[in-house]
Amino acid sequence: MQRRAFGEQVVRAGCVLPAITGNVGIPGGWAGGMGFQAPAGGPLWNVFPAGDNPVKASIPTFLWTEAVVRGTTLGPEHGLRGAARLDSNIKLIYSVASNIAINQHANINRTAGILQDEKLVECLIVQDNFLTPSARFADLVLPACTQFETWGLEDGWKYGDEVFLMPKIVEPPGEARSDYRICADVAERLGVGRAFTEGRTERDWVEWSLGEMRRQRYPDLPTLAQFEAGNTGVHARPVTTPAIAFADFRTDPTAHPLQTPSGRIEIFSTRLHALNRPAEMPAVPKYLQEWESPFGPEARRFPLQVIGHHTFARAHSTFEGVGWLENAFPHGVFINPADAAARGLENGQLVRVFNARGEIRLPCRVTVRIMPGVVAIPQGAWWTPSQQRVDTRGSVNVLTSERWTPFAFGNAQHTVMAEVKRA
Amino acid sequence: MRAQGMVTQYAFFVNSDACSGCKTCQVACCDAHDIPASTAPWREVIEVVAGGWTQKGALWSSNVTAYNLSVACHHCADFVCARGCQGDAIWKRHDGIVLIDDIRCTRCRKCEADCPYGAIHWDSLTNREQKCDFCADDIDNGGAPACVTACPNRALDFGELSELRARYGKTQHVHPLPDPSISDPSLVIKPHRHAGVGTDPAARLGPSPSPFPV
Repeated sequence: MQRRAFGEQVVRAGCVLPAITGNVGIPGGWAGGMGFQAPAGGPLWNVFPAGDNPVKASIPTFLWTEAVVRGTTLGPEHGLRGAARLDSNIKLIYSVASNIAINQHANINRTAGILQDEKLVECLIVQDNFLTPSARFADLVLPACTQFETWGLEDGWKYGDEVFLMPKIVEPPGEARSDYRICADVAERLGVGRAFTEGRTERDWVEWSLGEMRRQRYPDLPTLAQFEAGNTGVHARPVTTPAIAFADFRTDPTAHPLQTPSGRIEIFSTRLHALNRPAEMPAVPKYLQEWESPFGPEARRFPLQVIGHHTFARAHSTFEGVGWLENAFPHGVFINPADAAARGLENGQLVRVFNARGEIRLPCRVTVRIMPGVVAIPQGAWWTPSQQRVDTRGSVNVLTSERWTPFAFGNAQHTVMAEVKRA
Repeated sequence: MRAQGMVTQYAFFVNSDACSGCKTCQVACCDAHDIPASTAPWREVIEVVAGGWTQKGALWSSNVTAYNLSVACHHCADFVCARGCQGDAIWKRHDGIVLIDDIRCTRCRKCEADCPYGAIHWDSLTNREQKCDFCADDIDNGGAPACVTACPNRALDFGELSELRARYGKTQHVHPLPDPSISDPSLVIKPHRHAGVGTDPAARLGPSPSPFPV
């Protein structure tokens, strides 16, 4: 919902609804944001020393291609923070555990053109478990081992308090090494090896982190030896008293003001009003016609809305190419029987899905589970271009646009119009 | 569910109302039995979709509903798959598990068509008939079928049929499964809350004519 052209409006409207119906600060009500349930920070809590990055400049993730082609021209109006200007365009990318360089970023054909221009990104390093479409563009591929081939630890990043031990089960195959070992070796060549590792292996860090967690937060947390002796996978302290956002504000709004100019709920935002951008960020959330829309002129050529939903078969683009999963969830574009009949399409038939940005070919799944006028393409399929740049596998990002949302600089990858025809 | 007494008929319980359609059972089965991706899985999750869309002015509204059913060989009391078997290769163990004796099998392939559930699959790589064996080797070692163990929603269970019926009821049929009187499947179902009732005699599960359910 929010990964659309004016996605900010949906999120704000979702916050306003409980406000105008009196449902803020109660169990089951909503007040916006993430419901961090664990006390003392929950998901944001981390014991691992992350160091201090002397580079303070940051850009919105979704604008990384902008920073490649015109980084030095970006400013706060593009979400640049920590610096007035960037010193240079992006020249080197070190991409770890990510297929964002090609497959998962919007408008793949545009991104491919950018990465193929050696004058832009001069060095792309991809560190991953699989030779992804992104890795195929890399100057250097660093094979990283999976979580089963090294030691790891996961703390309660979601809604409860848990510690997961991730023991090393098997040795890494071939030349694969852990992300930590690769980074440690890079650090050593940069002359900061000791500062990075503090002399610890992956397993040493697990033991050290368990000690820190025990000291800071979980007095009853087992040691690594106890974890192993007891064959304990998870140490859990279930949340017994769930946090209720803004309960204190509801009880006493004067003593617990919100972080708004008035300290109260502002359905009409004075700060957004002051921006004076009502066409993109109105003071009160409302429907805005998107830049690609069934109600716009583009719908004459490309009449179908496209959404790229998540499928059971993959976690984003991970687990692509697993035959059992492909059998369970064959890749295909969902299309309503009415839209299929209008195009002479039968269930399972190969179709072309295309717009001005590109074309993909994949089977169609004719089903009432998708609304008339809308087609759904499970996101994450690996881009497999033909000589003519037609994607023969069916990655939805061939069709998506790199245009970002006006206020959050977020992706709007579900705002897409396209047409479907028999292949 | 571990059986309390002697087992005379092992059976599966399928809670269709709790099934999310994730197909972990299907993939776990393939993994446990090393079924190549080119061969039909022994257990399959089928998606049943009903309803449609109506337009009033610019507004579309729908009464679409969908549910999932995890189906495999049901180790039927009346295992009709054996009726036409030329080699007398399909047999029932003392605990009700139906197995195919590969040495006796003549490859006549009649059982594939005789099974009302389409649960027997020809493996062209090995030239063998394949189907769910209830993970008999694991059962004999005190274990459980891989599909039951893998289900993240705990929507599958197994055990002695009479005990499963005492616990979960006697429902043997839900649309679009075939008429249970054909083979008396060792199956207990909790239907999805939107499942239609009644038997559709024309319904027959089998290898899908196309890769997608409609």
